[in-house]
Amino acid sequence: MAVIRLTLAGLALLLMAGLAQAGAIEVREFDDPVMEQRYRSLTASMRCPTCENQAINDSDAPVSRDMRDRIYMMLQDGRADMEIRDHMVERFGDYVLYNPRLDGRTYLLWGLPGGLVVFGGILVVLVVRARRNASARALSEEERARLEALINRGRTP
Amino acid sequence: MIRRLLLLLPLIGFLVLSVFLYQGLSLNPFHRDSALMARDFPVFDKETLEDPERRVDESLFRGQVTLVNVWGEWCPECKREMPQLLDLADRGIRLVGISYKDTREKGMGFLQDFGDPFEVNIFDPEGDLGFELGVYGAPETFLVDRDGIIRYHHTGYISPEDIRKHILPEVEKWQ
Repeated sequence: MAVIRLTLAGLALLLMAGLAQAGAIEVREFDDPVMEQRYRSLTASMRCPTCENQAINDSDAPVSRDMRDRIYMMLQDGRADMEIRDHMVERFGDYVLYNPRLDGRTYLLWGLPGGLVVFGGILVVLVVRARRNASARALSEEERARLEALINRGRTP
Repeated sequence: MIRRLLLLLPLIGFLVLSVFLYQGLSLNPFHRDSALMARDFPVFDKETLEDPERRVDESLFRGQVTLVNVWGEWCPECKREMPQLLDLADRGIRLVGISYKDTREKGMGFLQDFGDPFEVNIFDPEGDLGFELGVYGAPETFLVDRDGIIRYHHTGYISPEDIRKHILPEVEKWQ
């Protein structure tokens, strides 16, 4: 009996937690599934300005709510994703984008991985070439005799 | 000799990376570059908190250096920084408040309880002017120069030390 009561209490708690969660982030209705998809990806790609690391679709901070409202309104207005992103960056800075835009300050950031791959490739080519050259160079008469002598010295006591 | 130096390359790379990442440890994770620096104060047209009949717009900031403080009755840090703002007003600096996401009664009550250093308060109950300013929490403070351009942005509580170190020099600079 006690076990059942405990389980019921636990279930009730879980349910309440679920309800509280549902209250935090509003549910939105979309007529158009494409627009809903855009809303989802936009709100997932922006970072809440007050939270350390939470997307605005996942945060109950007031500013995240305002940003979601604005995104929703702009989508209904028929604005492009690019426009909406720029709109947010103009107000809250580059910080809100999880993927920074490509500009003067972020060339290094975006270019470094590619640059490193190219650098590594060049390094491999150089090393392989150097090795090939080294093995291709045959020993001279003199070197061969010296090698022979060294081997024989090792064998004969 | 060159081969030896080549062997050192990974170590050098590691050291450079270490220094770079070590510096990152001492950065303040709450610091954000303001997106509004050197931009015009956003266009707006709002009632004042004190008088629903009076409307103000961005021309409020023409001709005088102004410190704009975004506050709300619901915000404990705003209450703590009021003595510092009153001090600034005593020094003759022009302050304009933005009553952010408050009702009129609560806003007026706040000013009665904690003092009113503001020449006027812009009433922004929905927070849409705050949104234009990229406000993500109160208090936030902007310095607007005589041409209505934002020159400095302070997020969060202003301590007496912040006044001495940042606010006063900035006001001086744009005065």
